[in-house]
Amino acid sequence: MGERILMKGNEAIGEAAIKAGCRFFFGYPITPQNELPEYMSRRMPQVDGTFVQAESEIAAINMVYGAAGAGARAMTSSSSPGISLKQEGISYIAGAELPAVIVNIVRGGPGLGGIQPGQGDYFQSVKGGGHGDYRLIVLAPANLQEAVDLVTEAFDLADYYRNPVLILGDGLLGQMMEPVEFKATKLRELPAKEWATNGLRNHGGKTNIINSLVLDPHGLEEHNIRLQEKYARIVEAEQKAEIVDCDDAELAIVAYGSTARIAKTAVTQLRQEGLKVGLIRPISLWPFPVKDFEKVIPTVKSFLTVEMSAGQMVEDVRLTVNGCKPVYFYGRMGGIVPAPEEIAAQVREILGGAK
Amino acid sequence: MILDVIMAGFGGQGVMLMGQLLTYAGMVDNKQVSWMPAYGPEMRGGTANCTVIVSDAPVGSPVVSEPKAVIAMNLPSLDKFEPLVKPGGVLIYNSSLIHRAPTRTDVRLIAIPANEIAAELGNTRVANMVMLGALLAATEAVSTSAVEAALKKALPAHRQDLLPLNLEAIARGRELVK
Repeated sequence: MGERILMKGNEAIGEAAIKAGCRFFFGYPITPQNELPEYMSRRMPQVDGTFVQAESEIAAINMVYGAAGAGARAMTSSSSPGISLKQEGISYIAGAELPAVIVNIVRGGPGLGGIQPGQGDYFQSVKGGGHGDYRLIVLAPANLQEAVDLVTEAFDLADYYRNPVLILGDGLLGQMMEPVEFKATKLRELPAKEWATNGLRNHGGKTNIINSLVLDPHGLEEHNIRLQEKYARIVEAEQKAEIVDCDDAELAIVAYGSTARIAKTAVTQLRQEGLKVGLIRPISLWPFPVKDFEKVIPTVKSFLTVEMSAGQMVEDVRLTVNGCKPVYFYGRMGGIVPAPEEIAAQVREILGGAK
Repeated sequence: MILDVIMAGFGGQGVMLMGQLLTYAGMVDNKQVSWMPAYGPEMRGGTANCTVIVSDAPVGSPVVSEPKAVIAMNLPSLDKFEPLVKPGGVLIYNSSLIHRAPTRTDVRLIAIPANEIAAELGNTRVANMVMLGALLAATEAVSTSAVEAALKKALPAHRQDLLPLNLEAIARGRELVK
């Protein structure tokens, strides 16, 4: 076992990126993710990397576009309103099929909203956010060790599929401290970046062009078909979820990110009371872990989705459960973090009412 | 679960650091730990607080609505967090700055004149360490050697000379809890 280091979430994500070989970070300040660019501003010079505090979020994402196009591992981070500003660039990066990692430490919205944790950016993350038919791989860690591991994986996934990957955290994960361990893991063989615009001499004189503009509709449709084929491969191969205590569960709570760890405490409490409750925790929000749900749907009698939102992921849960079982929802908004007792009370009410 | 504690005070009373020390010490003791700050405008002027969990099992919710222990460094913190302490838990309050008695009768109440003791030691800034000492004595959550290791880690290289003072402050806090 390696050394356990006590770190803040934002800093742990930064260090994980550096350990993954990220050498370009472009950011712009916004709470509650400020420790991440701050950490990068300190660390990047130590590893011969580049840190730029850009003039805006839009500039930062377009710098990522440039660095990724040149074949570098590049990252940006922000929080909800700042991520909204980046959407144009994210769509371009997805359209140009470039690998990049984007971190959203979500706060309550809409608008400027507040600075406390939220999960109201789910739709934006998994359904589009920017324009056009594109998908981001979206990974939602529930603790800091997982955040570290998923950042490592995010860079590999991005390179492997030539696709931007979004780490969807929230203010709670960004601000809290937990011990983390940086493991050297090699997840998959990665293809050489033969497409990178890093000089003719690196490609035997072949000219590489990176572009997201395709004016010929037939050409653009072909490009879209290729993208959709890639997304289908990702849906097939990259679903990820944690299933806890669902074997005999009457009710499964569905929650992601920090809400999931709070729900886990509720599950422990409810199990001590003798209630048969489990947890499904989507780790990949896109692709949504349909296969994991399929294991649980036949035996579980009902689902309760819990989010720090008005109900966003619950739509994907309903699509997946497809009417087979009732899907309930409980949410808090505006930066209010639900307590385990609140979630437990919802479960008791549902199970009590079912008798 | 070994301990979950909310520590609260004015910004500047060293509440966050106190929490981080306990967290780090728990990690040194090979426990599962988490530290969660209340962040935002609360830090300036009002009450700053953090929640620390030291546990044998992986930490689920870092949010605690009924902590086993509360450390209140000032009156607004006592007002806010006294009602939350779990029955049978412990409420440690800074009697140097808090001149009302807590009203709870179902928790262990420990009054620590932290500012006076820190002043006797020659540095009012170690009032937080006095309170931490009291918490350690009341809960036995982490070992003394782990706290010492955490302090060494927390103090920058050119401030290691403050180690004996901080340890003394922790010891004084401990002595007040029988």
